[in-house]
Amino acid sequence: MHEWALAEAILTSARQVAEQEKLKKVTDITIRVGELQQVEPQILRFALAQMKTGLFENAKFHIRKAKSTLKCRVCATTWQFSLKNLDKATAEAIHFVPEVAHTYIKCPTCGSPDFEIVSGRGVWLEDIRGAKAD
Amino acid sequence: MIDPRYSIINQRLEKIRRIIAVSSGKGGVGKSMVSTALALSLANEGFRVGLFDLDFTGPSTHIILGIPKNVQPREEKGIVPPIVYGLEYMSLVYYVGDNPAPMRGGDVSNALIELLSVTQWGALDFLVIDMPPGIGDAVLDLMRLVQRIEYLIVTTPSLLAFEVVKKQVALLCELKMPILGIIENMKMSKSDAIAKETIMLGIKYLGEVPFDAQVEASIGNPEKLMATALGSAMPQIKKALIDRGNPNVS
Ligand SMILES: Nc1ncnc2c1ncn2[C@@H]1O[C@H](COP(=O)(O)OP(=O)(O)O)[C@@H](O)[C@H]1O
Ligand SMILES: [Mg+2]
Ligand SMILES: [Zn+2]
Repeated sequence: MHEWALAEAILTSARQVAEQEKLKKVTDITIRVGELQQVEPQILRFALAQMKTGLFENAKFHIRKAKSTLKCRVCATTWQFSLKNLDKATAEAIHFVPEVAHTYIKCPTCGSPDFEIVSGRGVWLEDIRGAKAD
Repeated sequence: MIDPRYSIINQRLEKIRRIIAVSSGKGGVGKSMVSTALALSLANEGFRVGLFDLDFTGPSTHIILGIPKNVQPREEKGIVPPIVYGLEYMSLVYYVGDNPAPMRGGDVSNALIELLSVTQWGALDFLVIDMPPGIGDAVLDLMRLVQRIEYLIVTTPSLLAFEVVKKQVALLCELKMPILGIIENMKMSKSDAIAKETIMLGIKYLGEVPFDAQVEASIGNPEKLMATALGSAMPQIKKALIDRGNPNVS
């Protein structure tokens, strides 16, 4: 399960933020997962639950999906990433390294692989809430 | 919005004693050949070694090693590189196959950061990195994110290669990055011009590798590669590398 590595990164990053903001305990963590990477919220949640010790013991994880927008650099067409027409192996390759989308996906208008991943690429830590030490 | 990947990269490399980037400002000077031969040579000596192909747009080490297409990393708490010829081997080719990866600088960086954050290397003595040519986004990101990388620089006797290498050396020095030394590859004459210039830069000259037609003929066969002039040049390079890591040798 490669999501475990991402979950660990999220918690490491969240711990750094919590320390900076002198949070004694973390109550809410909001995570954004971009559709391009196709991270399954359930799997991510499971991995997070296994690692949430100490500071995060009582934390709730809010996992939000974000649509992934791609924009052609040649003809400026904008479109949304979708798994339609992608075989399983291709979808999985993009899941591991989203940038390999450039190998498999082409602009629907002009066929160019030179597009920009405008949004919804991977995993982001959006917000952390908690209680400060008093 | 925080990108959580940055926070985990150095932890992922924690179990690796030394990271050696085989690099050059110039392309076609033998980085891929040298990094593969060096990794194999260190592994033959009993060190635990990883090889990481970071030349995403022109990956070559899998061809030099002759890695069968069905070799893939294992998924376990991240991505575990398979062991090929005694090396923990990682490359973007697992995900792109023989297809081109037309990525711009920002994408190359992003792919690099992704692989650094999810790859689970074992306890290694050396991780050898085959770098892309030049000093583009991925190279700059690597310098920024992993400051303990030691640079092994490859040049050819050509003034064109060495002039570019000099710029790279200047940048590395400015950023206070450790430089192991310069290797002069594909040597065809007896000139000591590069050796002299290297010493003038205050950089260690790690020796020369003669041009040997057998190098190209060895592609796909690691044993053959180690029997070429390039393979024979590895002990001196390895010695410089190991001496530097040994606190008893100055
Ligand atoms: N010492 C050598 N003798 C002969 N050919 C060499 C030698 N070193 C490298 N080559 C050849 O030079 C070419 C470029 O080598 P490569 O390792 O791909 O360079 P780079 O990674 O710097 O672009 C290859 O065709 C390789 O076979
Ligand atoms: Mg190369
Ligand atoms: Zn287009």
